[in-house]
Amino acid sequence: MVDAKKDIISQLQKDILLWEGFKPPPPGAAGLAGLGPVEGAFPNGVFPAGAVHEFLSTEPEHAAAAGGFINGLLSALMQQGGACLWISQSRTLFPPALKTFGVEPDRIIFIDLKKEKDVLWATEEALKCEGLAAVVAEVREISFTESRRLQLAVEQSRVTGFILRGVTRKLSTTACVARWKITPLPSELEADMPGVGHPRWNVELLKVRNGSPGVWKMEWAAGQFNMIAEPVAEEMLHEERWAG
Amino acid sequence: MQKRFVTIWFRHLLTDWMTIRQSDLKDIPFVFAVPDHGRLIITAANTPAEAQGITAGMVAADAKAIVPGLKVIDDIPGQNLKLLKALGLWCIRYSPIIAIDQPDGLIMDVSGCTHLWGGERGYIKEVVNRLRGKGYDVRAAIADTIGTAWAIARFGQVTPVIEPGGHTNALLPLPPAGLRLEPVVLERLHKLGLITIRSFISMPRSVLRRRFGEGLLLRLAQALGQEDEVIIPLLPVQPYEERLPCLEPICTAVGIEIAIQRLLETLCKRLQQEGKGLRTAILKGYRVDGKLEQVQIGTNRATYNSSHLFKLFELQIAKIEPALGIELFTLTAPKVEDVSPLQEALWAGKPGLDDLGVAELLDRLAGKIGQGAIHRYLPDEHYWPERSVKVAGSIRERPSIDWRTDKPRPVQLLNKPEPIEVSAPIPDYPPMLFIYKGKRHQIKKADGPERIEREWWLDAGQHRDYYNVEDEEGQRYWLFRSGHYGGSQGNQWFIHGFFA
Repeated sequence: MVDAKKDIISQLQKDILLWEGFKPPPPGAAGLAGLGPVEGAFPNGVFPAGAVHEFLSTEPEHAAAAGGFINGLLSALMQQGGACLWISQSRTLFPPALKTFGVEPDRIIFIDLKKEKDVLWATEEALKCEGLAAVVAEVREISFTESRRLQLAVEQSRVTGFILRGVTRKLSTTACVARWKITPLPSELEADMPGVGHPRWNVELLKVRNGSPGVWKMEWAAGQFNMIAEPVAEEMLHEERWAG
Repeated sequence: MQKRFVTIWFRHLLTDWMTIRQSDLKDIPFVFAVPDHGRLIITAANTPAEAQGITAGMVAADAKAIVPGLKVIDDIPGQNLKLLKALGLWCIRYSPIIAIDQPDGLIMDVSGCTHLWGGERGYIKEVVNRLRGKGYDVRAAIADTIGTAWAIARFGQVTPVIEPGGHTNALLPLPPAGLRLEPVVLERLHKLGLITIRSFISMPRSVLRRRFGEGLLLRLAQALGQEDEVIIPLLPVQPYEERLPCLEPICTAVGIEIAIQRLLETLCKRLQQEGKGLRTAILKGYRVDGKLEQVQIGTNRATYNSSHLFKLFELQIAKIEPALGIELFTLTAPKVEDVSPLQEALWAGKPGLDDLGVAELLDRLAGKIGQGAIHRYLPDEHYWPERSVKVAGSIRERPSIDWRTDKPRPVQLLNKPEPIEVSAPIPDYPPMLFIYKGKRHQIKKADGPERIEREWWLDAGQHRDYYNVEDEEGQRYWLFRSGHYGGSQGNQWFIHGFFA
């Protein structure tokens, strides 16, 4: 009896997820974004590609870290030869650096705009375009309504959207699927070698719709994400949520 | 197709222009004159002056003796050409091919244009009435050849419309001056009593050539249509141009939309048949008040998709100011490239820069915010960081060299390096700490230096020694020292970027 109810409930949960835009992983395609255990935080255990993610970064150092992390994700998303649009007001992203993260810099089209309103308009237009792999937008602030519009656009087109929010003084709720915060961590080299090591980040998943937030330490080396330490009891939380 | 030409003769081009500008001159006899060998020679006289026997070529002093109150105005050299050009451009609404006929006329190739004004008679009437309405005293004629139309416009007595094939008969009663001959030849003809074309047209050609030269035969052949006459159009004829004259002047956005749609449909159909696609298109609207409204669109890939092009124009409609109304729309495609329909189909589903959707998206963005806001970068063969990328010329351009990954480059690069305060222990060692925006950063790890020399053939200045440093919080920076270590006087240190 209890088992039967559990089945029904899990079936219902699956249906709801599907309606919300989360698709179950296609068989044999595990780890789309190469994020490893971080993907476990998302419903169905797969990185939601056709959704809008927001990244918080106030400091330029954090923005650089978030930029590196996003580019790591882009390299996976653009594997099939897709293109990406990078929309911003005052862009400081340096294209040659992207190659380090496995992204062909010439496949990224930069849109440099003067007005914040234009950024949001261009982002929405770009997210509607199915031919793109991803769209990155650097904005200062985004309201719930604006983020909802972006989310509706991607639900049609299945394009991945990344919103880099610069002002986080008053954090409004958004319709984004996940809220990330990437901060740099001191790099480490083997056997105390001199010099600076591979980029290392503290990856915080502050909010996930229908998932479980968590904190991970990651490093970008040899063209992929590497976990530094096991997240604390994340799996447990995950289990509980599904059960209850 | 039967060629038809209209010639317009401005009988008092300069003086009419002056009268339009200064209406009080209307009934006063006045002339234009230029100094020549210490005398003033009249170049143009208005109707009241002509009525009193003053003609061009007279000396101004003589004319003043005939008409005491004669007003003499200095002639402006080249003014008649300027006027004719402006009038010719205005006449574009009647025909796309218009040429200037020095010194006082216009030639229009109107083949296939007249039916839009209800036949040739209506067409001529419209042209003449509109020009007369402006204040120009004009005569016009339409015929199979430029020569005949020219003669009829100036000397015709019966009708300005010469039916197709009727040009020989129409020429017969006209004086030889209608053949655009040299004054010497005209004088000789006159002396011999040949006062109409009829009187010498049937003479043997060898006789005419011997007596009057080759010029007469050529002009005669041109007037009779036996010899082609080439005219140089005022505006070069665009190979891809569509015109849409409107019965009523259009002054609403909806009307303009319909006009654009119609023009695009016909143009795109033609482009598709020829396997071409347009890269730029210009829409011109000729307004009732003589002004020209113009908007332009550009595409990232050659296309003949009319609905997509319409979307691009839709963004521009607000820029068109119809005022009292637009009476003619033209759509030209100055830049056209080949497109293969087969490739189009293949690309439709392919992700990446070749995707049709992406190109159309970029066109839309460019239409609203300008092409200048869209950049794509390719690697360039420079070590200097600011110059290591170049802007790609088009969306199809591929990098000619590989992107380099052998040297670390920051994810964020400041547009301009910002000065920082550092304390560096030993020359050519990375600094121990630096202060940026009032915050102290203790450096824990560092790589470098990577010396990047100034490209002296491009600009002058110091080289840079770059260090890749990490502070105690794990934040990574790209710093450089400008020039060599300077000892006690200190060095200029800068921050140039942030690593991921």
